[in-house]
Amino acid sequence: MPGPVVILENVDKIFGEGASDQVHALKEIDLRIEQNEFISLIGPSGCGKSTLLRVVGDLVQPTSGVAAINGKSARQARLDQDYGIVFQAATLYDWRTVAKNVQLPLELMQFSRSEKESRTQAMLELVELSDFAGHYPWQLSGGMQQRVAIARALSFEPSILLMDEPFGALDEMTRERLNLELLNIWRKTDTTVLFVTHSITEAVFLSTRVIVMSARPGRITADIAIDLPQPRNAETRSNVRFFELETTVREALRVSEAGEAPERKPA
Amino acid sequence: MSEPRQRFWAPAVILVVLVVLWESLVTAFNIQQFLLPKPSAIAGNLVRVAALDPSISGEGEDISLENRFFTVLPAELSPETQASLEEARWLAFNLGGRRFFVLPGSNLTPILAASWFTLKEALGGMAMGTVAGIAVAVATTRWTATREALLPFAIAANSMPIIAFAPIMNNWFGIDNPFSKMAIVTIMIFFPIMINTVRGLVSVDARSLELMRSYAASDSEILIKLRIPNALPSLFSGLKVAGALAMIGAIVGEYFGGPRIALGVFITQEAALFRFASAWAAILVACLLGIAIYLVILLAERLALPWHPTFRA
Ligand SMILES: Nc1ncnc2c1ncn2[C@@H]1O[C@H](COP(=O)(O)OP(=O)(O)OP(=O)(O)O)[C@@H](O)[C@H]1O
Ligand SMILES: [Mg+2]
Repeated sequence: MPGPVVILENVDKIFGEGASDQVHALKEIDLRIEQNEFISLIGPSGCGKSTLLRVVGDLVQPTSGVAAINGKSARQARLDQDYGIVFQAATLYDWRTVAKNVQLPLELMQFSRSEKESRTQAMLELVELSDFAGHYPWQLSGGMQQRVAIARALSFEPSILLMDEPFGALDEMTRERLNLELLNIWRKTDTTVLFVTHSITEAVFLSTRVIVMSARPGRITADIAIDLPQPRNAETRSNVRFFELETTVREALRVSEAGEAPERKPA
Repeated sequence: MSEPRQRFWAPAVILVVLVVLWESLVTAFNIQQFLLPKPSAIAGNLVRVAALDPSISGEGEDISLENRFFTVLPAELSPETQASLEEARWLAFNLGGRRFFVLPGSNLTPILAASWFTLKEALGGMAMGTVAGIAVAVATTRWTATREALLPFAIAANSMPIIAFAPIMNNWFGIDNPFSKMAIVTIMIFFPIMINTVRGLVSVDARSLELMRSYAASDSEILIKLRIPNALPSLFSGLKVAGALAMIGAIVGEYFGGPRIALGVFITQEAALFRFASAWAAILVACLLGIAIYLVILLAERLALPWHPTFRA
């Protein structure tokens, strides 16, 4: 039995420490994520969700505390190419076509030529962009660009998927379809997902656990297990338990936002 | 944005109006040719038109020594003149009962030879300066310490009037050695190329860099797959500046001395001999070459950056 995939212990992140405009983005974060969990982070804008994701991905160094991933340091996990990241903005390379953008990690990870091509094709089919393989990013809508970024992150089957509001720019229909596709991929592989969203419905539908955060300083205020049966599908949404859990998350969010006000005052 | 057709016609019409105005003002005020030659006299050095008019009688003179743009000759020519016209002509056609001959101008051959010589200097210097500028830019980005050590010097050197080194380069490499002019051009364009390339290599979007980091890409992979493609647009801006500087550098370098065949030497000599129309004709060709270099760079840019916003339809 392998240990937790993600361990955060007492992690603090202060941007611009010591300066008059310092931001206490994360405070005393303790988080354990087991293999094959699907965790959603939810909380008000600016509460530190992206920062938490970036600490896990070794893109931001915590001011204090420990981040251990897959039993090693976050840095080592990054060097071992354990992460697939979807940023809040698509972050495509302008000079690469859609297909070439999806291929970027495959090139860097020395996949064989045939493997590169078959995976790129499969991923573009998944996000329904096969007809746009030869287009450049500027020829795509914002939502299409975001789908390319998702295809790119999934293409090499990373052991940990870090997704920062990946479906935020998409219409409801595409979003629901990609939710199901993401769950499919997650079920078929050993992937562990850390998923940031603003949608309570999406968080409850996708996750095995929902983590609720409060702002300034960013803290974990609730950790709600989502005990809906797997696999999730259209019926899940009409489950009574689904509505109960939505209410629980909404309530936890309200409490966390209400509790925010006194925190802001300087001590 | 206007139609391409319109973008071409508007400047073309203005050019024609200016040339006609220039010609008529110089004629009307009888301006001395050493102050300002007529456009037709300048053009006559490069291309001439002879019209054989049957209504004029008498002996046709030999026009081979004249640099008038347009000459009217009697239709009945002496056999020698007839033969020399037929031999030299590029084009002959009949229009309105007259026979027209389009001939090379009286100074076309020396001007073209001089231009070709100077163009080779400019292009040679441009090639060396571009390679050196890119190499130094990549090295300074690859090893950050180098950049911090070198960049202040580069910026200081960039504000020097580099053309002032021309006599020294002539001294180092020899006045008649084309390498002396290539060296000036190289130094002149090195800085715009290097600084533009460094800017492009360094000004990489932070998220794009994080993406590379998340894949554990090495520095060389980041350089090849992110920084260099990201630098291409600003490299091309540098090349456009360099293209203009290259002809200037080579010609001005030749003003400080060079072989008789060089364009800068040709211009100074013609001016010294009061043959201003021919000096102006040489300058005109230098301008056209500068424009040609610019257009070639523009074309290369279009081919190299099909993805760039400038070319968005
Ligand atoms: N690189 C940085 N430098 C300084 N401050 C930062 C930096 N990144 C984030 N912050 C600050 O940290 C806080 C948390 O930011 P973060 O991006 O993690 O929020 P978020 O929860 O993802 O918000 P949103 O839902 O709007 O995306 C914000 O107050 C932000 O201003
Ligand atoms: Mg965010």
